[in-house]
This record gives sequence, C-alpha cells and structure tokens, in this order.
Amino acid sequence: MRPLKIVVLIKQVPDTRHVGPDAMKPDGTVNRGKLDTVFNPDDLHALELALNLKDRVPGTEITVMTMGPRRAADIIRDSLYRGADNGIMISDKRFGGADTLATSYTLVKAIKKLASFDIIMCGRQAIDGDTAQVGPQCAEKLGIPQVTYVEEVISITNDEVVAKRRLSKGVETVSSPLPCLMTVHGASPACRSKEAKRVMQFKYARTNSEIKRNDEFMKELHAKRPYLTIPEWGVEDIDAEISKIGLSGSPTKVKSVESIVLTASEAKVLSDSDSDIEGMIIELIEHHTIG
Amino acid sequence: MKSVFVYCEVENQKVAEISQELLSTGKKLAIKLGCPLEAMVFGSKLDKIKSQVSPFGVDKIYIADDDRLEPYRTLPHASLATHLLKKEDPQIVLFGATSVGRDLAPRLASALNCGLTADTTILDIGDHFVKKEKREYKDLLYAIRPAFGGSIMANIINWDQHPQMATVREGVMKKEIYDKNYKSEIVEVDVNSLVKEEDFVVKIIERHIEESDVNLKEAPIIVAGGYGVGSKENFEHLEELAELLGGEVGGSRAAVDAGFIDHNRQIGQTGTTVRPKLYIAAGISGAIQHTAGMQDASMIISINNDPEAPINRLADYVIQGDLGVVIPKMIKFYKANAK
Repeated sequence: MRPLKIVVLIKQVPDTRHVGPDAMKPDGTVNRGKLDTVFNPDDLHALELALNLKDRVPGTEITVMTMGPRRAADIIRDSLYRGADNGIMISDKRFGGADTLATSYTLVKAIKKLASFDIIMCGRQAIDGDTAQVGPQCAEKLGIPQVTYVEEVISITNDEVVAKRRLSKGVETVSSPLPCLMTVHGASPACRSKEAKRVMQFKYARTNSEIKRNDEFMKELHAKRPYLTIPEWGVEDIDAEISKIGLSGSPTKVKSVESIVLTASEAKVLSDSDSDIEGMIIELIEHHTIG
Repeated sequence: MKSVFVYCEVENQKVAEISQELLSTGKKLAIKLGCPLEAMVFGSKLDKIKSQVSPFGVDKIYIADDDRLEPYRTLPHASLATHLLKKEDPQIVLFGATSVGRDLAPRLASALNCGLTADTTILDIGDHFVKKEKREYKDLLYAIRPAFGGSIMANIINWDQHPQMATVREGVMKKEIYDKNYKSEIVEVDVNSLVKEEDFVVKIIERHIEESDVNLKEAPIIVAGGYGVGSKENFEHLEELAELLGGEVGGSRAAVDAGFIDHNRQIGQTGTTVRPKLYIAAGISGAIQHTAGMQDASMIISINNDPEAPINRLADYVIQGDLGVVIPKMIKFYKANAK
C-alpha cells in the first residue's frame, strides 16, 4: 500500500502526577515553575501507534507538532530520537492562555499549512487539564471523522482504518475512512525507547529561537545540516486571526481557584477517637473530597 | 428565557444513570434561573423513553428515533445536536463525562464556537464582574472541577460565547425525581432531513459492553479492604461506607484469595488499576503488587493497626486503630456532617 502521512499532536505538560512538596505556593496556587515538565503520557502512546503504523507501512512519514513555549522543543527532540521524521513548533506569545477551543483553532491552522495528511493522532487527554477536548475539536474543524480512545489499529488500507476503541464499560471495533483523527488511549502499548543512533543524529536539533545569537558552532552546523532546524511557526506563519487565538479566542475563563489538598504534605496520623475521626470527615467534606 | 439542555445517553431503551443525574442537576439550575429544562434523546425504539425522562421535571423532550442512531456514533449525533442547539439556543448544555459525552461535547463546542468545561463535579449559578468591560454578567454557570491532579478546584466561567457547556462526572450528582406525573412536551426530530449519508461513514464492526455493575476504574471513591479485614462479614461495613460515600468496594489480592471479596473487585498489578479522588485502604499492608494499582489516587486514607505498614508512607491520613471501631465511626460522622 502507499505510504501514509501521519501528524501526531503532542504537548509538554507539568508533571501533575508527581507533585513535590514545593509545588504549591503559600497562597494555595500551583507553582508551575516548581513542577517538572514531561511529555504528556497519552501523547507518547499516540507516537508509538504512529511508529507502529510506520513499521507496517514502509515509507510512512511522521510529523510531530506541538504548541507551547520555547522549551517545549524538548519533546520534539524526544520524538525525533524515538523515530519521528519531522517536528514543527508552534510558538508565539500571543498563543498563550489558550483554552481548548483556541488551541484547536491554532493547531488546525498549522495542520492546514501542511501539504496533506492521512491520519492525525493525539493522546486521549493531557494530564494538566484532563479535558480530552482538543482532538475532537480539531476533527470538527478539519471536517473529518474522529475515532476516540484507540487502543489498537487492527488493519489499515489505502482508504480505511480499522481500530479497537477502549470505552469506559467495554470495547468497540470500528472502521473509518481516511483521512481521520484518532485519539489514543493509555491502554495502548507504551512508546519505544530512544535509539542511540537517532540521538546522535538529532541531539543538535533546535528551533531558531533556541540558538543563541553568538553560538557560531550551532549556526554553522545548522547551515550544513538543514534537517536539524525545527521549523517554528508564529501567528503570521499560520495566518491565524488574533481574535481566535490565545486568551482572546478562549471562551472559558478561570474565575477562581481553591486549593484542595497539599498532596505532598506529610501524612496526618490520627487515633480512633471520636474527635480525630470527626475532624477528618469534616476536612474531607470541606475539601469537596467527599460530600 | 433561554433553557437548560441535557444530552441524554440511552442504550437498549434505558436512559443512562449519568443522564438521570444530569437531569436532576439541570432541574435545580433551571429552577434557580427560572427557565425551562429540555432534554435531547437520540436512539432506537424510544417509544417508552418519555416516562423515564419526564419525572425529572423536563419541560420539553426532543426525541430522534432511528435504528442508525444506536449504538452511539459521533457524526450522526453531532449533526442532530448541532442543529437543535443552534435552533433552540439554550443558555446551558450538560453532558456526562463518559466515553460518549467526552467524544460528542467537544465536537459540538467546536461547531458552535462556544466554551466547554470538562469533568465538572459542582455546578452552580452566579454573577461575574468583567473589569475590562466594566460590566456585571448575571446568572452565569459556575462550572467547578478538580484540576492539577486533584490538588485544586477551579471555577470556570464563560460569559460571552454561549451556550455554556459542561461535562459532568459520573456518580457525583444526586439522582432525584422531581414529579412522577410531570407533563413534558414531546418534539419528534426529523432524522432524515438532518442527518446526511456521510454521517454514517464510521461503521461499528464489533462491540462488547460489560454488563457488570462493577466499575472500579470510574469510581471517584474506593473503599478497599485487605486481609486485615478478617472476614466476609466485616467487608459489609466497608460496603456500607462505600455506598454512603457514592463509591465502590475493592480488595487486595490477599482479601480476594481469602474469599472475602469477588475477584472482579481486585485492585493492583493483577487486578484493576484505579485513580480515584479518594482511596480508603482498610487493613491493607501495602505490598507493591497492590500499591502499583492505586498509588495515583488523589487522596489516600490508611486504616491500620500496624504503624509501620508500608501503605502509610503513601497515605495523607493514617488512622491507627481497629477497623471495627473506625469504620462505624466514619459512617456515623459522615451522616452527621454531610449536607
């Protein structure tokens, strides 16, 4: 069969699963600077599914795309080490503060700049928001079918993909014409490791804004090996309307935030006395943990 | 006044639990706003569906009845809902945070160019002053949800791109009949005129839905017992607590092997992996085989006689004492303090 063109949408996220003791500021808000950043776990599953299709269909080209701050180029390099062919960075201060509607608008504008695609893949959801919205929103804006919660691609032909979906109470196998968008469930296989050879090949891959002005070594290297330059697209490059991106393109706004529990705090040790147990129950109710 | 809308999930002529919870919550919001509550139900053989929906106090039910609408597929449901929501222009639309709701709602939010808040656990009505516009917006939806791995609660609002949409977690809202004899107006939706042939390009080849009511993965609260619980009879206290808190009962492998609890409720490496909001570990020592399946819980309470039990290192609260004393006290004080 003909080679496929796959775009994998990836995101760098704060590691909310391993919140350290200093992750909360004294006022109870999240101290983003103190949280490590990681490759969003479900997105790594999506990358693996794309790489698996590349194993099955020789010549398949995988482009990873991320919207984020400059340092998010880390996950593009990580993807190149694991086997992705290209990476595209969508970065511009004006994209900041985007909710899922503005994010999907921006990503779709960038996807439309690409020549063509057969499959868009993304993780089911990102651990910083757990919304699972950007995938279906992109599919709607591209006017293509969506296959959510994919656990396995059973077969693929020139114009159709058959995939197994993991539902909350079961499984379902569906067929969809191409092009389509898939969101990939964490129950699918974990992503393969980085290849030493590819790490050597791509360790100097950089976006232009990552290269310091006086770094002659890097500039020369990139002139000699253009594949090391990760394209970086801003608002004008993708022809985005200002009113639809960033904070101004985001209908949902955070009115207020209330700290629930310092996950990393020391355990409270209680006895089985009435006052200890009632105190705990009242705390749990006040924190909306139960109620 | 613009209505509150609920998307009802239906399968085999039955309205899903989550949709009944949404209708109950939707009714409360509609009463606060002084507006009608409306529901949309898309499925097959729905002639008896009205009697399941009306008692929640639904003023108008839009019914699309067509064999091709069940089981759920994204595109036909999205076409129908987009049409209805554009035409009826509600102020609030609610969906379950289920495999269906989380698939459909974002597609609609994109088509309607409106805001959508995911996985809410509290819904309320309130005002908001927008400084930039020097304007007070009245009667907005407060869509409140846990964020950042459950460490904060965020109140999300949307004042200018309506409808205000939200998905709501299962098992959080209370199911309450409003009036057994409530009269709803029925509107039959003309499916053929709204759904196109290309909406059916995705085909379902095979489907396995587990009929079992054990749903540990989705449970917001889990009360799990170990070998330390001692007997099948003692597990009944855990069940009582779980039911009271709106959660499920689970067990460690040792408890399953001892026959205290069914195998399909086993948590751990060889059982189910869970990430509830609250995990109560009763008489569980905390072998890695078990903790691997529950360590991502947002909050962990360990009840154990042994102060050195390894699970205490993961816990937010450690209660040193006898289960036979602690569990009944938790039940008693929850009943006394819950609103």
